[in-house]
Amino acid sequence: MADKTAPTSTALIDMRNISIAFGGIRAVDDASIDLFPGEVVALLGHNGAGKSTLIKILSGAYKRDAGHIFVNGEEASISNPRDAKKYGIETIYQTLALADNVDAAANLFLGRELMTAWGTLDDVAMEAEARRVMGRLNPRFQRFKEPVIKLSGGQRQSVAIARAILFNARILIMDEPTAALGPQETAQVGELVKQLKSDGIGIFLISHDIHDVFELADRVCVMKNGQVVGTARTTDVTQDEVLGMIILGKCPPGAIPGPGALKIAA
Amino acid sequence: MTDTASNTPAANTPADRARASELSAVGRFLKATELDTRMLGMVGALLVIWVGIHILSGGLFLTPRNLWNLSVQTSSVAIMATGMVLVIVMRNIDLSVGSVEGVIGMIMGVAQAEFLIRVIGFQLGNPWLWIIALVVGVVLGLVIGAFQGFIIAYLEVPAFIVTLGGLLVWRGMAWLITNGRTVAPLDATFQLMGGGPRGSIGATASWIIGIVACVAVAFALLNGRSQRKRFNFPLRPVWAETFLGVVSCAAILGAVWIANSYPWPIGIVRQYAQQNGITIPEGGLFIAHGIAIPVLMAVAVGIVMTFITKRTRFGRYVFAIGGNPEAANLAGINTRWVTMKVFMIMGVLAAISAAISSARLNASTNALGTLDELLVIAAAVIGGTSLAGGSGTVLGAMLGALLMQSLQSGMVLLGIDSPLQSIVVGAVLVVAVWLDTVYRKRV
Repeated sequence: MADKTAPTSTALIDMRNISIAFGGIRAVDDASIDLFPGEVVALLGHNGAGKSTLIKILSGAYKRDAGHIFVNGEEASISNPRDAKKYGIETIYQTLALADNVDAAANLFLGRELMTAWGTLDDVAMEAEARRVMGRLNPRFQRFKEPVIKLSGGQRQSVAIARAILFNARILIMDEPTAALGPQETAQVGELVKQLKSDGIGIFLISHDIHDVFELADRVCVMKNGQVVGTARTTDVTQDEVLGMIILGKCPPGAIPGPGALKIAA
Repeated sequence: MTDTASNTPAANTPADRARASELSAVGRFLKATELDTRMLGMVGALLVIWVGIHILSGGLFLTPRNLWNLSVQTSSVAIMATGMVLVIVMRNIDLSVGSVEGVIGMIMGVAQAEFLIRVIGFQLGNPWLWIIALVVGVVLGLVIGAFQGFIIAYLEVPAFIVTLGGLLVWRGMAWLITNGRTVAPLDATFQLMGGGPRGSIGATASWIIGIVACVAVAFALLNGRSQRKRFNFPLRPVWAETFLGVVSCAAILGAVWIANSYPWPIGIVRQYAQQNGITIPEGGLFIAHGIAIPVLMAVAVGIVMTFITKRTRFGRYVFAIGGNPEAANLAGINTRWVTMKVFMIMGVLAAISAAISSARLNASTNALGTLDELLVIAAAVIGGTSLAGGSGTVLGAMLGALLMQSLQSGMVLLGIDSPLQSIVVGAVLVVAVWLDTVYRKRV
């Protein structure tokens, strides 16, 4: 991995000095984070540390108060989800963000429907494409005609994942992608992450499960109280050190400290 | 024509086969035809009501005359109910439709009977009168809908409040326009939108429309089949497709036949004979009404609205927003603009209903459409539109309107007092929604 993410290559995503406040609370405070092609960067932190908020700024769900986002070295203006998708940024939300009352195909293509020459919805073509992509993710999935609310948690998750990879994403954001899954399905998602990584896609992974993170991620970025505590290669730090970052905000020697790192009394 | 489920991978999984063998004959029939059981339930309820009232009234209900009148009476509410489906699917409500109908009816009346004649100097009977009046009404409906929709979508005032305000505002405006005076009579051509012997298209045209509709049904079934074949999807068995086609065509042609069995009243026949120099033969002259123009308008609206909900991107977004507004937003849908457009459609439909109701009265009164909002909402809800949002069909809402109207005119036929009528309609609404809740939990 190391040569792939050599510092000379341009970052896929470079978020610099991002801040956002909700009614006086600084949910994200001067946070910077970057992501290279074929790399998995895990975002860690307590509930309310600002991980999801930071990532929602990238996916266009929230508008940042300050800071810059660079995609492939060029400044990007992302102010809504449509903008983000234009830059190839796809998101799998923690809540899955599925329209429960319509079927899998309608969800996969929501906002990007395939149209016939007459300007009407091409449901048949969308269903065909849905069958193809779902066949890859979850070969036993057959319930294409049913609203997604009738699907199991794992099936719903695979619909959400399929939607994110259907449109040739270059940057994938996964917010707790395995939260609703059993062990076998979690392993499947792990396989998928590795496969996407080898395709050169950059992945932001938000997770609570530190074992998952060490298995899948190349780097970790720990947040606390809206600030970045530090960033480190998973090879340079131990799981205990990362826990120390999460809980105490203490930056170990193997990590590059951020503005949120515990200040050691001088 | 190698057919069916068995040669496609999708239906070939053990789970599917197991499921199919568990089903009873009725279950297999429903699965093969892909009919909506809730819709069948509604048709069943409608038939029970019709036959029940027919028997109780001593054979007065299921006559061509009564059914024809029923179809005309239903049109106005049915048209607005198709729009209310979209409004409710998006988790909103529109309490103002009756008042919007009133104010637009008033303005269309004033435009054709007074303004264009006195101020602009048009002659009575000028064909532009009804055209201008109708266009003014429709544009006004669009503007009122856009105005309310803007406040709801962009200023984020709840739809309930905005349209409750609208209910009062537009009713008040309807009164103010003429200070409560009724405007009558309306333009002769405009009146055709209200039905009646002249506002119907006659037997021959009705048969032609019926046959064209049957051809369209056959074409739609064949087209759907070839589309699914193109991608190797499971197909309905041929017998099921044939069954659906035959039943639909029978229903269409049956309706035409009923409309064509209702003759013009003798007075109008005499007048018509005199004007055209026909001598009336011995047994009287049979001139059929055929389908009424307002009914044709309602059917056209129903088809257009079904097309919008099922086949367009906009319709898909309306349902997605109703299912999960946040997800729709994250998918990049401009939810505010979609909301505003839904209210604009509702406004236009209220204008069309206003044209039909005022034409039928041959007058514009400031009370036109009073309490229609409740009938419209009830029709949509009885027709299976969920107030929680996300589900509902145009056809269901139109059937709901027909069901409500059947009850009301049936009770009139039975001579039931009007307070008792209200009690029955109210109770039916609650029971219908309760049954629907039970159904949703079971399925």
